[in-house]
Amino acid sequence: MYNRKDKTIAFLMISPSLILLAIFVYFFIGQTAWYSVSDWGVDPATALKKGVEKNYVGLDNYHTLMSSASDYEFRLAFISTFYFTIFFLGSCLILGFFLAFLLDQRIKGEGVFRTIFLFPMSLSFVVTGTIWNWLLKPRGGLNILPNKIFGADPLEYKWLNSDSTLFKFEWMQGGNLFYLGIALFAFALFTFVAQKRSLSWFWVVAAGLVLWLISAAGFWGKIWLPIDDPVRDIGTYQGYGYNAALSGIVIAATWQMAGYVMALFLAGIRGISEELREAARVDGCAEWQVYMHIILPQLRPIALSAIIILGHISLKIFDLVYAMTGIDNKYVKVPGILMIKGFRSNEWARSSAVAMVMLFAISLVIIPYLWSNLRTEKR
Amino acid sequence: MNNQMEARMVARYLWRVIAYSLLVIMALIFLIPVYMVVVTSLKEAAEAGREATAWDLPSKLNFESFETVWEDLAPNLRNSFLLVSAATVISALVGSMNGYVLAKWRVPGASIFFPLMLFGMFIPYQSILIPLFKFMDNVNLYGGLPGLVLVHVVYGIPITTLIFRNFYVDIPNELLEAGAIDGAGFFGIYTKLVFPLSLPGFVVVVIWQFTQIWNEFLFAVTLVKDRWQPITVPLAETAGGISVNWNQPMAGAILAAIPTLFVYIVMGRWFIRGLLAGSIKG
Repeated sequence: MYNRKDKTIAFLMISPSLILLAIFVYFFIGQTAWYSVSDWGVDPATALKKGVEKNYVGLDNYHTLMSSASDYEFRLAFISTFYFTIFFLGSCLILGFFLAFLLDQRIKGEGVFRTIFLFPMSLSFVVTGTIWNWLLKPRGGLNILPNKIFGADPLEYKWLNSDSTLFKFEWMQGGNLFYLGIALFAFALFTFVAQKRSLSWFWVVAAGLVLWLISAAGFWGKIWLPIDDPVRDIGTYQGYGYNAALSGIVIAATWQMAGYVMALFLAGIRGISEELREAARVDGCAEWQVYMHIILPQLRPIALSAIIILGHISLKIFDLVYAMTGIDNKYVKVPGILMIKGFRSNEWARSSAVAMVMLFAISLVIIPYLWSNLRTEKR
Repeated sequence: MNNQMEARMVARYLWRVIAYSLLVIMALIFLIPVYMVVVTSLKEAAEAGREATAWDLPSKLNFESFETVWEDLAPNLRNSFLLVSAATVISALVGSMNGYVLAKWRVPGASIFFPLMLFGMFIPYQSILIPLFKFMDNVNLYGGLPGLVLVHVVYGIPITTLIFRNFYVDIPNELLEAGAIDGAGFFGIYTKLVFPLSLPGFVVVVIWQFTQIWNEFLFAVTLVKDRWQPITVPLAETAGGISVNWNQPMAGAILAAIPTLFVYIVMGRWFIRGLLAGSIKG
């Protein structure tokens, strides 16, 4: 069946897609990378001129992002987004598993419950954001719900307009050992969840390669964080940590995505044969032991998928934040929003650098995932 | 002996009561926003803006918000429908062809370009936005719906290809080989054997792309001019505004949500399949 002519046709049929993606994904990423090391738009006067000459400025834009007082909001946004990712992932996984566990108890009307838990998934982040924006008003919505139901005092939690920073740490003064510690911890966690040693080696090699490239190219001094933070002197300095104004967004995002995790887990639980569970019960396992020893271990790969999918959504979160707080919000800032803000004010080089940092963070999560997924598929 | 069995029965019964009550409580919590949206959208402007009475039922039913919002947003709804139908149909066809090639024809280099293709669906679109914007401007596609259709088709290629590929892998090769013996070539096998079997694949992909494109916001807010904006853009902007009559954004949210909700409720099973396909292997 596979004669040469038909094989050529097959290749011809898929090549337009390949060419389009080569341009729209890889060539465009390359262009963004080039803009991020150029001075395009650094001088606002020339930002909009056609055919303006762009000069190579090395990693200056990144250096500015990492050290200048005016980009304090970017650094805070970036760190907050990591915290956001952790909280969002944690709440989605716990809630999702809990719901899947409940639905697994031979429930009558399971379909109805499933529909209710999953329907937010079909909505746009913009719709979700609009609704939760109203629900999280300082003197309405969730804050007065305890009062409406139990007659308790209304809460005064600032879901979206808090200006406090929690879980602070001095990232500028952590020193190399601190980051090494974090890297090792992430490494250990990943190995534990993925249980794939080959993958972890991928990380080690990739990280080593990146570090080597950076130091070999003499960039170390440029991107390594300066010890003296000039921002300390400006009025809005809050330290680096979790921006509490993101709490409302964690809630809205969890409402939308927890059902997805539930669906993944439920599909996983149903995939485990009833015989296996029955065998464990016959051997004297209590129901909770069946979950601990039979079901949870088998759900590990699904949990990993969920972590990756939700993780990459939350690292690039944009629509939800835009709908809940607008683009010029004083309190809520995430890199996705800051990039668009820069884009609108024609700061091409700077917003390209922000975008590249986002891409880099997401690639660290996605590339190993794709790699392992396709490898296991081949076996 | 009897007592022991009875105790176990009671325990099991109790557990079922607890499980059901927990489920009902969770369901109510998940439905809180729905209650809030509906109630607020049915209030009149002044009443809807009052935070202290947000949870109360409307003092009298008022559909003025829907009338206003319908007038404002009808063109955007039309834009969304045009965009979604064109982009969904094209990307489903492209995805089907790609999936067929990748699943059934051993194309050289597939093990390299397939992962490279998939990577395209995970990138933050901010990282291609500036060159894309420039490109669209240069080829005169900035500002209107055709450009947005093109963008959604291109960035939809990875997921549609993936879903169709995984779907076609399950079609037995013997069937296609039998077709080949009967003299069918690349296209003959596709039109006579593969395409007729593709309906479930198309349903999953169409639902997936419909929902994704309808709900998309980043490209919509950066690549089109005002009059061609899909529904998500004006909705996000009214909600983010400072002094809003909250009945209007809520009515707008309902309008924007109805098409995808409808698809979800009518074809939930297929929707979930798409979701699971999105996590590569499911």
